[in-house]
Amino acid sequence: MSYTIEGKTGIWEIVVGLEVHAQIVSNSKLFSGASTRFGGEPNSQVSLVDAAFPGMLPVINKECVAQAVRTGLGLNARINLQSRFDRKNYFYADLPQGYQISQFEYPIVGEGTVEIELQNGETRQIGITRLHMEQDAGKLLHDQDPSRSFVDLNRSGIALMEIVSEPDIRAPEEAGAYLRKLRQILRYLGTCDGNMEEGSMRADVNVSVRKAGEPFRTRCEIKNVNSIRFVMQAIEAEAVRQIEIWENGGEVDQETRLFDAARGETRTMRSKEDAHDYRYFPDPDLLPLVIEQSWVDELKKALPELPDAKRARFQQEYGITSYDAGVLVAEQITADFFETVAKGRDGKLAVTWVTGDLFAALNRTSRTLEDSPVSAASLGKMLDLITDGTINGKIAKDVFETMVETGDEPEDIVEKKGLKQVTDTGVIDTAIDDIMTKHADKVAEYRSGKDKLFGFFVGQVMKETKGKANPALVNEALKAKLDQ
Amino acid sequence: MLTGLTLTEARAGLAARKFSARELAAAHLSAINSLNPKLNAYITVIPEKDVLAAADSSDAHYAAGTARPMEGLPIGIKDLFCTRGVKTTAASKMLADFIPPYESTVTAQLLASGSVFLGKTNLDEFAMGSANINSAAGPVVSPWQRKGDEKAALVPGGSSGGSAAAVAAGLALAATGTDTGGSIRQPAAYCGIVGLKPTYGRCSRWGTIAFASSLDQAGPMTRTVADAALMLEAMAGFDEKDSTSANKPVPAFSKAVGKSVKGLRVGIPAEYRAPGLAPEISAIWEQGIAWLREAGCEIVDVSLPHTRYGLATYYIIAPAECSSNLARYDGVRFGSRAEAPSLDELYERTRAEGFGEEVRNRILMGTYVLSAGYYDAYYLKAQKVRNLIRRDFTEAFEKVDVLLAPTAPSAAFAQGENSSDPVQMYLNDIFTVPASMAGVPALSVPAGLDSQGLPLGLQIIGRHFDEETVLSAGSVIEAAAGFTHKPALFAEAGL
Repeated sequence: MSYTIEGKTGIWEIVVGLEVHAQIVSNSKLFSGASTRFGGEPNSQVSLVDAAFPGMLPVINKECVAQAVRTGLGLNARINLQSRFDRKNYFYADLPQGYQISQFEYPIVGEGTVEIELQNGETRQIGITRLHMEQDAGKLLHDQDPSRSFVDLNRSGIALMEIVSEPDIRAPEEAGAYLRKLRQILRYLGTCDGNMEEGSMRADVNVSVRKAGEPFRTRCEIKNVNSIRFVMQAIEAEAVRQIEIWENGGEVDQETRLFDAARGETRTMRSKEDAHDYRYFPDPDLLPLVIEQSWVDELKKALPELPDAKRARFQQEYGITSYDAGVLVAEQITADFFETVAKGRDGKLAVTWVTGDLFAALNRTSRTLEDSPVSAASLGKMLDLITDGTINGKIAKDVFETMVETGDEPEDIVEKKGLKQVTDTGVIDTAIDDIMTKHADKVAEYRSGKDKLFGFFVGQVMKETKGKANPALVNEALKAKLDQ
Repeated sequence: MLTGLTLTEARAGLAARKFSARELAAAHLSAINSLNPKLNAYITVIPEKDVLAAADSSDAHYAAGTARPMEGLPIGIKDLFCTRGVKTTAASKMLADFIPPYESTVTAQLLASGSVFLGKTNLDEFAMGSANINSAAGPVVSPWQRKGDEKAALVPGGSSGGSAAAVAAGLALAATGTDTGGSIRQPAAYCGIVGLKPTYGRCSRWGTIAFASSLDQAGPMTRTVADAALMLEAMAGFDEKDSTSANKPVPAFSKAVGKSVKGLRVGIPAEYRAPGLAPEISAIWEQGIAWLREAGCEIVDVSLPHTRYGLATYYIIAPAECSSNLARYDGVRFGSRAEAPSLDELYERTRAEGFGEEVRNRILMGTYVLSAGYYDAYYLKAQKVRNLIRRDFTEAFEKVDVLLAPTAPSAAFAQGENSSDPVQMYLNDIFTVPASMAGVPALSVPAGLDSQGLPLGLQIIGRHFDEETVLSAGSVIEAAAGFTHKPALFAEAGL
């Protein structure tokens, strides 16, 4: 714990807990058959259940339950075989039923942990308090008409997981690392796409401050922060605000606040007095949710390899550094790409090309791995050409650039452009002889002890062979001839 | 007279082509025409051409030899069941113009079994009431009259008062009801007909407008026990759209009717013999005991020790659920909407104008008992007591097969009586609420008339999903009572 804020009265530390709302990846909604596709025409993905028509009843979507369980397993958390849905009652125009079906008292997932890694390489365990399922609300559109508001219910009823952390986070950086790690795990599991811009992952941030060794002071909740950067900024801004209040002899009120990203400050959304009384009670339309341990075991067996395990395996299996392995597993697609390239080949060579030349090329051409002009298979074949001596490292750079431009296969490029490495010692010998004749003066200098000229001869020979000569053979032959 | 038939008789007459489904339907439409203005049993009568078209289709089925169990039988539908294309109001101003684009599971099954719908029957608003006086469509008048006091308009009971009055007065051969705390059984008793509340979960709740989800259950209201069995066969069954519906096969209920009850153990709950029980109610109860004993039943005294908490518990749980269930009536997506300058005012005005007083009372009560600081003392405690009440029944059913009790503490009363004090009104449910809390099936059978000439009902309560034994015992009471009385107002129409 190194992050602190210096106030007038001394050093303050911050205490942060996060509630992350993650949209479950599923074809249909939590309690209805309507589609969950993003970006549909307003109100085109709404069932009678989602619009809360009279007499409509919720029926649980088993796939959403499976996704919540998978997530719980991925967070090393306790799976509760019996959980329950409650109603959270409040009125708002985006909430058709007048209540949100949520799991208040008995969530499907209990305590777990997430390991985060900080810039300095240190790792920390952040506790997970619980994970529960709930319905999302619809969306209000205020900008369509001067006097009226419209409601889009496409999102109404979509399944969310609320993932609640312990107040274990002590720095904005840790909050960022936690969110990135959480998003990474969810994406690996395929349970949430983690897309914060589309709102499929949002965070409520609980912040308080205290002097070292004190118990917790009053916290404020900052609602609906929709990017990792904003979360980190909001924590800092809110901590500074609270410290100022305490140091001026005031009292921080427990309240719900909003983060104004433009001004970089938080402001009151509703005070404790205005807090809703949600009147939670068990939803009488739904039976308690009971799942079997055998089903949980099945789901567990089918889980994909998670980032931490993959990173460790990459280090071990491919002999690459922890840092490189970390970069590769950050996104599943990168890890998969790397593994396709590296499988049965030199792992170190593979990582150099993937994180070096390929990433640079993608950056330069504003592309992503999804639409990479060079496929993992092609890159792998190119590495084979290097390893078997068909091309040398220098030529490989040119071949790769052509692959980026044309998408052609490396062997075709080599063939077409005649880039095949020259390993014919006769050709190399002839080239050396020519150079030695041309630069007889330099040969004499070399022979009289000016060793440094060796590099000059190598360069000339490579130039003469248009870079295609095998450097090792050139070295060997040159040495033999010069030292004669 | 076609309007006086039972479902079973009408079904036989149609099958024998003694009369057509069209004639049967037309007779009922004419009966409704003549008597509904007095009784107000129907809120919406389906247009004649649509009713007759449905009847014609049934006639075609008979002609083709493909008649289904309820083929051509004209029935009324409580206006709480959503019916596609037919206005469904829940007797509320809130839904005065609501035409559902969907058909409830129960009514869909009734249509699939050949029933002909006559219209939507009146009820207490959102099924909240015991006298059918809380209706935006106006109160229902019972077809029954007190001897010597014919002017007093009596209540039909509630909340399924329109269904009970229609069946009693010849405006339908049968009708659907829903029962949350007695809403099928009590009006059946008041109107001298049979009413069956099945086991919770027996009939799907999908498409039926919710009052209290953990208690609401649809059931048949008919003239005979055999009719109730026949109609329940059409209404019941597992529905994957209702998570609380029971995934159990539907027995052939009709086979249980008339079955011998020799050796059946009948429990008499001591706690129902409340002090102050009207002597006429006591007498009819004793009569029922005697009938069952004569039929070979063994009469056993049992105890349901938590009975006295039933009503208080019910009036916490039902309003709590209703306060949440009715939150969707906010003026935003369907139903009535009051003009207002802000969202909060839209809610306030829409709900103040759209809901009647009793509904508003119950929403307030329910909101209160779920509020922070009160939840434990009211709602949670009530749930615990509800479990004790359920256990009372489970333990009693270890000793006996069914229970026998009165359906209601009195015969029907007049509009205006009992209405000043809501608690007095709630007492009407005292004998029906415990079975609702426990989710067990219960049947009300007309057993006789009181000294004013008004019907009294007896109630048979059975084990979870054992409607069959309930129907067997009920048919014994029915046969012994030989109740053939008709109310003062009865529409005699057809043939």
